[in-house]
Amino acid sequence: MPKRADLRTILIIGSGPIRIGQACEFDYSGSQACRVLRAEGLRVVLVNSNPATIMTDPEWADATYIEPLDAEALAQVIEKERPDALLPTLGGQTALNLAIELSDEGVLSQYEVELVGANVGAIRRAEDRLAFRQAMDEASLPVPRSVVVTSLDELPAGTPCPAVVRPAFTLGGKGGGLARDWDELIARIRYGLEASPIGQVLVEESVEGWQEYELEIMSDTAGNCVVVCSIENLDPMGVHTGDSWTVAPQQTLPDHEYQRLRDAAFAAARTVGVATGGANVQFAYEPGPGRLVLIEMNPRVSRSSALASKATGFPIAKLAALLAVGYTLDELPNDITGKSSAAFEPALDYVAVKAPRFDFEKFPLADAELGTEMRAVGEALGLGRTFPEALLKAAEGREGDGELPEIAGLHPYFVRELESIREAESRLAADGDVGEAKRFGIPDARIARVLGLSEADVRTRRLVPGRLAVDSCAAEFEARTPYFYLSHEAGDPVEEANGRTIVILGSGPNRIGQGIEFDYCCVHAAEAFRRLGYEAVMLNSNPETVSTDYDTSDRLYLEPVTLERALDVCAIEDPLGVVVSLGGQTPLTIARALADGGVPLLGDPLGAIESAEDRGAFGKILDELGIAAPRWGVADTRAEALAVAEEIGYPVLVRPHFVLGGRRMRVVRGPAELEVHGPSLVDQFLEEALELDVDLLCDGETAWVAGILEHIEPVGVHSGDSACVIPGPSVTGEVESRIGELAEALSRRLAARGLVNLQLALRDRELYVIEANPRASRTVPFVAKATGIPLVHHACRLMLGERLADLDLPVRAEPTRVWVKEAIFPDDRFPGAADRGAEMKSTGEVMAGGTTPAEAYARALRAAGRSGAPDWIGSSLQELATPEHHAERVAGSGTGRRARVRSVAPPIRPHLRDV
Amino acid sequence: MTVMEDSYLALEDGSVFPGRAVGAPGTATGEICFTTSMAGYQEAVTDPSYHAQVLVFSYPLIGNYGVADSRLESDRVWTRGVIMRRSRPVWSRWLAEQDVVALEEVDTRALVRHVRSVGAMRCGLGQASPTDLIAAAKAEPHLDFERGQAESLMAPPLAVEAGTPVARVFGEGPRVAVMDFGCKRSIVANLVKRGLEVHLVPPTWGVAQILGLDPRVVLIGNGPGDPAQLGEPVQAIRGLLGQTEVFGICLGHQLLGLALGLKTFKLPFGHRGANHPVRVRETKRVLVTVQNHGFAVEADEAAAVSHISLNDGTVEGLEGDGFFSLQFHPEAAPGPHDARPFFDRIATACRSAPTSARS
Repeated sequence: MPKRADLRTILIIGSGPIRIGQACEFDYSGSQACRVLRAEGLRVVLVNSNPATIMTDPEWADATYIEPLDAEALAQVIEKERPDALLPTLGGQTALNLAIELSDEGVLSQYEVELVGANVGAIRRAEDRLAFRQAMDEASLPVPRSVVVTSLDELPAGTPCPAVVRPAFTLGGKGGGLARDWDELIARIRYGLEASPIGQVLVEESVEGWQEYELEIMSDTAGNCVVVCSIENLDPMGVHTGDSWTVAPQQTLPDHEYQRLRDAAFAAARTVGVATGGANVQFAYEPGPGRLVLIEMNPRVSRSSALASKATGFPIAKLAALLAVGYTLDELPNDITGKSSAAFEPALDYVAVKAPRFDFEKFPLADAELGTEMRAVGEALGLGRTFPEALLKAAEGREGDGELPEIAGLHPYFVRELESIREAESRLAADGDVGEAKRFGIPDARIARVLGLSEADVRTRRLVPGRLAVDSCAAEFEARTPYFYLSHEAGDPVEEANGRTIVILGSGPNRIGQGIEFDYCCVHAAEAFRRLGYEAVMLNSNPETVSTDYDTSDRLYLEPVTLERALDVCAIEDPLGVVVSLGGQTPLTIARALADGGVPLLGDPLGAIESAEDRGAFGKILDELGIAAPRWGVADTRAEALAVAEEIGYPVLVRPHFVLGGRRMRVVRGPAELEVHGPSLVDQFLEEALELDVDLLCDGETAWVAGILEHIEPVGVHSGDSACVIPGPSVTGEVESRIGELAEALSRRLAARGLVNLQLALRDRELYVIEANPRASRTVPFVAKATGIPLVHHACRLMLGERLADLDLPVRAEPTRVWVKEAIFPDDRFPGAADRGAEMKSTGEVMAGGTTPAEAYARALRAAGRSGAPDWIGSSLQELATPEHHAERVAGSGTGRRARVRSVAPPIRPHLRDV
Repeated sequence: MTVMEDSYLALEDGSVFPGRAVGAPGTATGEICFTTSMAGYQEAVTDPSYHAQVLVFSYPLIGNYGVADSRLESDRVWTRGVIMRRSRPVWSRWLAEQDVVALEEVDTRALVRHVRSVGAMRCGLGQASPTDLIAAAKAEPHLDFERGQAESLMAPPLAVEAGTPVARVFGEGPRVAVMDFGCKRSIVANLVKRGLEVHLVPPTWGVAQILGLDPRVVLIGNGPGDPAQLGEPVQAIRGLLGQTEVFGICLGHQLLGLALGLKTFKLPFGHRGANHPVRVRETKRVLVTVQNHGFAVEADEAAAVSHISLNDGTVEGLEGDGFFSLQFHPEAAPGPHDARPFFDRIATACRSAPTSARS
């Protein structure tokens, strides 16, 4: 069936802020859907509250609403835009829940909005444990024995125990868990009933320790069904799949057993009534007896679908969007070959291993034991020709210490494969054959450790790896999609270097302090370079992101963002330059070694990076320029720290050198509180100062202020955790011009090109420079959206050597409204996670607009799901947001053309500035 | 890359791929082919359709879940050689016990790309010099009947070698005769499971012998080699048409096509895998099918084509008055079960077919 002609305007709901269990995989899926539906001539209306997403860039939809994701805001958007259809399956559980709410409240029927890609019945059957179980029973599909309760009184005497408690309608298994005995069961049920928005939990026979599999399937209106990818969890049942090491395709089931899963997955999808698109079905399999039970199904694109898409090259979200508007699978081509049909099942000739990334050290109060409630904040994918190679890449990509997983109850196959890694390392130690070790898949860093060499030495003893295409067909057909991984084999043919290639280093797995904002910057850079006539090459290992979509760049390498892989990509690509300043700390840590390896860094950023990072050098620069800064000192021991603090005067801020996201940073008010963990920095703490975050564009000579964000929380709260407002009510004309002067002097002195972020403190009319970072900051997407100025595009031109004067920037960057961003904390899983302090703990953020700071802030709090502001913040904002203040600001506004994101009122047709 | 291995795979075009011998000692020759199936290695090598072929697994990890007799598709391994990237010892030991030459540590991706672009070729593999292996490859008979005749280097009819020498009976119920050219066990099992009495008959049987069993329907099974080489079976099938309902699978489908007056041809490198999309013309539905064939039926205006490959548009099924055949494998093993209803059709036909005068 071809595309439906009756659909003209389609509404897509995003998934809101990044949270544990719902991360940037939905930016990836939503962006894909927007792109493909617009290409089909549909008018796309998008609602999301997350400013760091690519999908909320104005050019991705015909109308973009940065609004709280609640039924009220959505109803307003629907009333205004009158979409013909709502596609709810690409925005995670949030979008699905909202679709149900809108349906229940009659909004969809009132405005005649058709739900496409899913129907309310199917969503309910899949999400409501009881309904799901009944449906499976009716279709004679096996499920664990279970009972559904809405109160403790309903718990029958014969309830199985140990048992798993699963609350209905929650994200990432929130509120659920395993109960080993009756007392634990009662406690779990109590907790689960509270966590479930409908106060319902399922108490289920424990299948802990069984093997766990997932099938990612696609179905269409004609009833065609295919398995895109099978995924096997290394961690047995009992550990949330988001926290598990996983491998695709499944490795340990014989074909006839795998086909049982496939048959059951299709039967389950048909029974639940999945309309069209992607769905995920999870199974537990008891080794030995071979008992198979269905655990759950998600009638939507999920985290696993993003993983499956990246693991196979099959664009699940893109096809899900097309299927939702009427196409059938056989009518759509396989993107990768361009010739064969999309109605097929990818064949892999490699292995994909996903490693979870945790941030437990951020939450000392949390229990680090894994369970059915997801705790991972990110993930890294490794592709390799063998399981060891893929596993080692995943371990390398998550930027931990490269430790191999230690998993209880591992299938014997995986045990043997892990042993084979140890054996290969022993052989290496014995014979020193680096070529053989590389062919086996051992990363340079491990080889260096085994042989006692430097990574550079290892490199001289080996060849450049081959480049292999992720082609979805195991080389049966020619691939035209430029999606690659590296392995020490012959590889596929490589085109000749053209001298116009730029390699962008991505930011690796999400973690607290380095999230989707940097992916946003990398994706924008790829777009910018392509528009400027360069070929953009992306290197990243994070399967959740838009940057690892093969449509984003000219060529994508799904590889760990490490020195080894970056040098290998450069050896193959021979780039004009490598961008290290957009992917957060990850690429910066290897910048010096890349330069030493002969790789040209675009914009020559090393000098600026090193002078800004070295506190001594930076302090001298500030002194030289006559810029005020908090007093500071370094200390290796507690005694030294005490001496420094004494000299500076309490309170002081103490933190270890070179850390991300303010890890272990503490405000210390007296000698008794002072502790140090290794070499530390001790800074004067500017009590009662206002903190400002400033994003600049610099061309080596001059600077242009893109945005000055005022923190709503007082100084001492990590900038990543602070709510911020732009324009800042305290940023008077005078403050602004002084920031301009300071920025100019500092940028010139650092010879920075591209984006620079300044952290300033304002106290008693005095500006202090806390930090300068000559790289893209966490706030770049927010500022770009608030002002409608594509900052990263401009930064790319500056890195290529253009001057600010060439860029057609307005005289002054003017926010389109008052915009506020507010942080989102994982306090639903980690006790104390929302206690804002010097150490960053938030996983994501929301953005909202208004005519006054108070209004925008209130809306941001609503978008964050908080009922109200603390009294002191609300009142101080009210005072600050005087009409005179606002009038002054508006009078000074520039009039340059700009793209806008809109808030519910007033709608302005967005258009993209030419770069 | 220096691979310190003393074994090679050498193709007739002179290309050489080093590897490590993990199966039986010595060397082997055959026609190289590859499958993209990611599981079902034991089913694959025991499928008689692979007779005289050297099978490359494009999936790099083979042997992960061990070996079991329940997965055998015949009583022996038919592939002359097995080529892999990484093999589990339990599996390669089994191959060695079955006297099959096998290599691992081969750059199978480069090899598959090569076979895909050059086409099917003869090859030699094992512990010998590349020169000797190339010479052995060139001495290997062709599977392609036309080329074999032209170069006077033709394999004997492989399907006759692979079929049962004597008639055998399985199951109980309405009778179906299966012309055995190397029929997979799963085909018989699927028929037996549907309550049919299966008579597996030798490939040399003619019309009279087959009809002498008084079957309700006849199924022509799968098997190796070029259908164009099988003149006598084609004659027999022509004689059966009209007398009884005739079904075909894979080689059986090709033979049915020849009997209907269609032509067959050799595909550049065949279809082998468990992910081939096929459109059913009547319902417009897509089946994900299991394929293992190097030859195909040529489409014809008049041909009753019921199924089409979505990958390359080749004929995947023929259906008409009294016949129905599939180029792919409805019995799967290994692979998806999408086409299993084919056996229900056979069972229904068996139950509704008029009994003959003699019974």
